[in-house]
Amino acid sequence: MEFKDYYKVMGVARDATDAQIKQAYRKLARKYHPDVSKEKDAEARFKDVGEAYEVLKSPEKRAAYDQLGQDYRPGQDFRPPPNWDSGFEFSGAGPGGDASYSDFFDALFGAQARAGRGRRAETQPGRGEDHHAKVMLDLQASLNGGTRSFTLRVPEIDAEGRLVSRERTLNVQVPKGILAGQQIRLAGQGEPAHGNGTAGDLYIEVEFQPDPLYRVDGRDLYLELPVAPWEAALGATVTTPTPGGNVELKIPAGSHAGSKLRLKGRGIPAAQPGDFYVVLQIALPPADGEKAKAAYAAMAAALPFNPRASLGV
Amino acid sequence: MPPSDDRAFPGTIFDESAILSIKDLSRMCAVDERHIVEFVEEGVLSAVSVSSEWRFTGDALRRARLAVRLERDLELNLAGVALAVELLEELAQLRRELGARR
Repeated sequence: MEFKDYYKVMGVARDATDAQIKQAYRKLARKYHPDVSKEKDAEARFKDVGEAYEVLKSPEKRAAYDQLGQDYRPGQDFRPPPNWDSGFEFSGAGPGGDASYSDFFDALFGAQARAGRGRRAETQPGRGEDHHAKVMLDLQASLNGGTRSFTLRVPEIDAEGRLVSRERTLNVQVPKGILAGQQIRLAGQGEPAHGNGTAGDLYIEVEFQPDPLYRVDGRDLYLELPVAPWEAALGATVTTPTPGGNVELKIPAGSHAGSKLRLKGRGIPAAQPGDFYVVLQIALPPADGEKAKAAYAAMAAALPFNPRASLGV
Repeated sequence: MPPSDDRAFPGTIFDESAILSIKDLSRMCAVDERHIVEFVEEGVLSAVSVSSEWRFTGDALRRARLAVRLERDLELNLAGVALAVELLEELAQLRRELGARR
């Protein structure tokens, strides 16, 4: 087990005041909190910071840690001496929420912290706790429903009373029409019951993987459809992919780049389904041959067209 | 190969199907009911009144859990939590739009 330098994690001096420690914690927590941070490894960093703060904010734990830490350097192999904690009294609830701490922390404070923690207040004795997870889902699953396989990390208390996480793969029938940010509930798939209570539930919050074709806005879907200049100018019927399969779409004459065509009710399904929008993009044919160059030249000669008229030049 | 359907757990969209009482929400977030009341008063959660009792939709669970985490881990006060939850939702929406445009 490695010795952890909690002062270094927090970026404070060993003689930092409580106020300095609190200030450092708040700054780091805002930076690395998984709910607000986009930093890489935010979750791991936040865990380290939370663990360091848990020790340094408590006068008893900090004093015990300081006494122990005098002879250690970070990364050095660490073994707690027998009865190292005698003479210190630990109070407080210990780790809050779903925090799981390092082996180092557990070796020092685990027993006390967990003893002080107890189970959270239960209104239904014997009921297992609910579990929560987040997954990335492909848009097709929401459009068509279907079964997807998710691998989740499940926190568990092992035989020695330590909090560990275990991988669990779950096949789920994804409800049709689920939107980004919504939760799928799986009844009875949370923590198992204690005694003859009931099991907790599992909530899976969904986020969509970027789709190669469609952009999602609430229940509406957007497709950027490239068309040739003459298709936009003269009108045309073109084949367009939609979630329900290809359709023949009529492009009205006089369309321009950014023109939006709506296919009502062909978005994400629901009692009031979303709409499907086709946004036109003008694709220019390359002028890569004599014929193509001649065609562009003929257009230039025939059309009195100033694309920059709106700029006043 | 897609997993076979007979072993799959049926999922329901919690946000739309669920109707929660303040007691449900307080148990699910492991905070006391008084705290849920404070969230409603601060505008973090919205409730509808049904025969003089509050009812919440399923998405209140996600918001309430987020609020509890922010409050505990960032040591925010209620007004700070309310502001952070609002800004985070706006940010998530903008990121979705931006991600889809790229």
